[in-house]
Amino acid sequence: MKAGFLIALMEQGLQMFIVLLIAPAAVGITRTVKARFMRRQGPSILQPYRDLLKLCRKESVIAANASWLFRAAPYLIFALTWVAAALIPTYAAGLMFNWAADAIALVAILGAARALLALAGMDVGTSFGGIGSSREMMIATLAEPAMLLVVLTLSIAGGTTRLPEIATFFLDQPMVVRVSLALAFLAMVIVALAENARIPVDNPATHLELTMVHEAMVLEYSGRHLAMIEAAGQLRLVAYLSLIACLFIPFGMARADSSITALLVGLLVYLLKIVAGAVALGVWEVSIAKMRVFRVGEFLGVAFIFAFIAILLSFLTQELLG
Amino acid sequence: MTDASQLLLWMVLPVTLLVASTTLAALLRGKALALVYPLTIVAALIAASIDAFAMVAGGASTGSLPLGLPAIGLHFRLDALSGFFGIVVNVGAVGAALYGMGLDRKHEVSPRIEPFFALFIAAMNVVLLADDAYSFLFFWELMSVTSWLLVLARHEEGETRRAAHIYLVMASIGTIALLFAFGGMAGPAGSYTFDAIRATRLDPAIASLVLFAAFVGTSSKAGIMPLHAWLPLAHPAAPSHVSALMSGVMTKVAVYGLLRIVFDLLGAPSWWWSLPFIILGALTAVGALLYALMDTDLKRVLAYSTIENIGIIYVGIGLSLAFGATGQAAAAAVAMTAALLHAIYHSWYKSLLFLGAGAVQHATGSRNLDSLGGLIHRMPRTAVMFLVGALAISALPPLNGFVSEWLLFQAVLAGPDLPEPVLRFLTPVVGGLLALAAALAAACFVRVYGIVFLGRPRSNDAAGAHEVPRLQVQAMGFLAVLCVAGGLLGGVAVAAIGPVIDLVVGARLPGLNTGPTPLSLVAFESARSIYDAVTIAGFVAIAATLTALLLHWISDRRTRRGPAWDCGFPNPSPLTQYSASSFAQPLRRVYGSTAFSARETIDMPRPGEQRAARIDVRLTDHLWNVFYAAPAGAVSGMASKLNRLQFLTIRRYLVLMFAALIILLLVTAVRS
Repeated sequence: MKAGFLIALMEQGLQMFIVLLIAPAAVGITRTVKARFMRRQGPSILQPYRDLLKLCRKESVIAANASWLFRAAPYLIFALTWVAAALIPTYAAGLMFNWAADAIALVAILGAARALLALAGMDVGTSFGGIGSSREMMIATLAEPAMLLVVLTLSIAGGTTRLPEIATFFLDQPMVVRVSLALAFLAMVIVALAENARIPVDNPATHLELTMVHEAMVLEYSGRHLAMIEAAGQLRLVAYLSLIACLFIPFGMARADSSITALLVGLLVYLLKIVAGAVALGVWEVSIAKMRVFRVGEFLGVAFIFAFIAILLSFLTQELLG
Repeated sequence: MTDASQLLLWMVLPVTLLVASTTLAALLRGKALALVYPLTIVAALIAASIDAFAMVAGGASTGSLPLGLPAIGLHFRLDALSGFFGIVVNVGAVGAALYGMGLDRKHEVSPRIEPFFALFIAAMNVVLLADDAYSFLFFWELMSVTSWLLVLARHEEGETRRAAHIYLVMASIGTIALLFAFGGMAGPAGSYTFDAIRATRLDPAIASLVLFAAFVGTSSKAGIMPLHAWLPLAHPAAPSHVSALMSGVMTKVAVYGLLRIVFDLLGAPSWWWSLPFIILGALTAVGALLYALMDTDLKRVLAYSTIENIGIIYVGIGLSLAFGATGQAAAAAVAMTAALLHAIYHSWYKSLLFLGAGAVQHATGSRNLDSLGGLIHRMPRTAVMFLVGALAISALPPLNGFVSEWLLFQAVLAGPDLPEPVLRFLTPVVGGLLALAAALAAACFVRVYGIVFLGRPRSNDAAGAHEVPRLQVQAMGFLAVLCVAGGLLGGVAVAAIGPVIDLVVGARLPGLNTGPTPLSLVAFESARSIYDAVTIAGFVAIAATLTALLLHWISDRRTRRGPAWDCGFPNPSPLTQYSASSFAQPLRRVYGSTAFSARETIDMPRPGEQRAARIDVRLTDHLWNVFYAAPAGAVSGMASKLNRLQFLTIRRYLVLMFAALIILLLVTAVRS
């Protein structure tokens, strides 16, 4: 019992550590892929780590009228995103604490981080902060329902809202393409693009202020606070990639109470999935242009419709899902 | 201690105390009026403890008074359901009265407020105890009239008088509908005690009519769309601590009336009874938030958000009806728990937010969002409390709003088990609308908090604001602590209201100690769904602290204050900030063009012209036009047509009378 407890604690600790460790690399891979497609050399994959370290060491310049909320928000946003990423089953289904937040709670935890970020964006009272916050919340009102519908669809399929059980359920199923799952997958990918401020919803590399959403919100941040926000953004990308991997392609994941070898295989497969996701994101981003802000509504509307059809299918014809 | 059957007798004490303080306040003048508030707090605390006993003990305690209608008398009964809603009423009353104690005794206390304040609370307490149709309607009306008088407290303003007028009309319509409902239930025998009504078996057609009447009667008080129009007018017009009571508490008394009639008096439900609840509830939840997002009056935004939350409660009630009528007790229990928890939690954070709005209005003299801003620096304590309320109402973990939201989604997920295809089709639609409502609520309260408390002050009054008295901060603090505790201890709350759920739907959720930790909240069984707020909050707290410590260790901690960066072009004018309307603009573009037929006209001066550019936005309130303006127009149009009848010649009057006589004779001839 005691040894099992320790091992479980270590597995959970390992996951918290791993998501933190690979988050900057995932962004680095995406940037490198994009650079290569543009026939540029591009920075090293390790550049995001260096950037974070550099930001941490710089002094923080805070606007004169910034409140405590502005200074506290980066830590809370980072912690919320980190906890969300740590509670998603990544390489093993039976982690010690991933019962604490089920799929619905997970969406809400990410929502809490976003609400704090939007509030922080409005704290200094600049026009860019306001533009970013208001657009972010508009995007959220379209993306969050779609995402909730996706997780509800999968929860119905698995008969539970607990992520490890959903993953295990799909591990046990023969691999076939199901209409509702395919639609849910598409919806989830669109939501992930929007929530992570990627092209075509937002451009992470932009310096043209009026097209920014996420960057406009965090414009006033600098130094270690900006480092926290950046790290939270990278963790959020890993969280979404892990969630997609866990819900739709759980193959290779170690089941609860499995051997060390299974855990190692699970770990390796998980890392491969994240790399594949980051590469796919890079390929996607070079092959499409950014949309106008008010076209985003239509784009995310598609996600909502897909998610809605998916859940409708799973309500009406449960046999489709087994 | 006392046993359950004696509890009703104890209830006499707080009610007498409240009535006595009303009488006292009617006799007193000036500063002494504020004496009502400490007395109310004592009475509400006593009543709340009695209610808590009644809720936990289960069982019912009954009694009657030889007053009221002859041959019936006044009957009273205190059971778990009354006890639960009694806690809602009295905890809200404590918060409002505590805030009232901090009012400025020279300027803000008036004989138009304090006497009715205590009587209003007394009336709400007694409505919950009523055990016959007469006493229910009598105290229901007392509740309406006292709150109407409180709305009229600032009758000098024309807008207040209009609000009070519409409130009075809607309250009358509601009471008439309830009168029909009780008449239908009493049947030809005319048995008006609830015991007799429970014993009667109603014809299904009559039962449906009663359901319709009861729905209209209680929903007009609760604020379900399209019966909501008075609420965003009347709730903001009242003094803020009364708004807190009306929005946080009185709407819940209406929900109580609905539950009492539908789940207790009306007999076995049919599955389709759930349809109006689910459909109107879900549409109300989304619709009210769209209204809230377009509005710029702080208290009106809060009132719209009350309508939204009532919609969510109705969805819970409807799902519970649907599951209960099709024999799925476990799912019915989850839905009912979600509805009741949402009712009590909403009463806490909405009261908190209204008290915060009152503090803002007191400090700045304005509740227009576009003249506020930056209050986090000038009202730091109020800002913290309001933030707790805003995050709680946005259903963000680990605060209490999320607990009931989570339970409601669990209930939606049980939808595929429903046998009726209509319901099976409807549940995912409702799930989507609820998800949309949750996201819109977050947008709505980020907007409110960001505009009011963050940024730079948009007016001199906002720049010169000051913190409110300590008692008022404590009143908000009391409710904020409840919101945090209710969020962390969701499992305890669910276990505590177990007897109520058992009474209403005949099943309850798994109690404490069934999940991985003692405090986990478990919806159906622990293999299916668990939410553990304490663990999540602990994780977040540890992660945030560790990160902050680590970061301060590796970074040098230099922090410099400088002017805002704003991409290199900071503009000192606070008008360059985002305003409440500009924050809503993206949402107006996405949702407003269909919901409100929003039209923007931009008037851009040509190069060289001196005048300013203008943007005008026109929104159309379709619900008001269709359900209020049109019938009112029809009535007044008909009245003015009929008015002509008063100015006819004698010849024409004779013709009319003769025609009437002929028609009546013809009718008699045909019928015999």
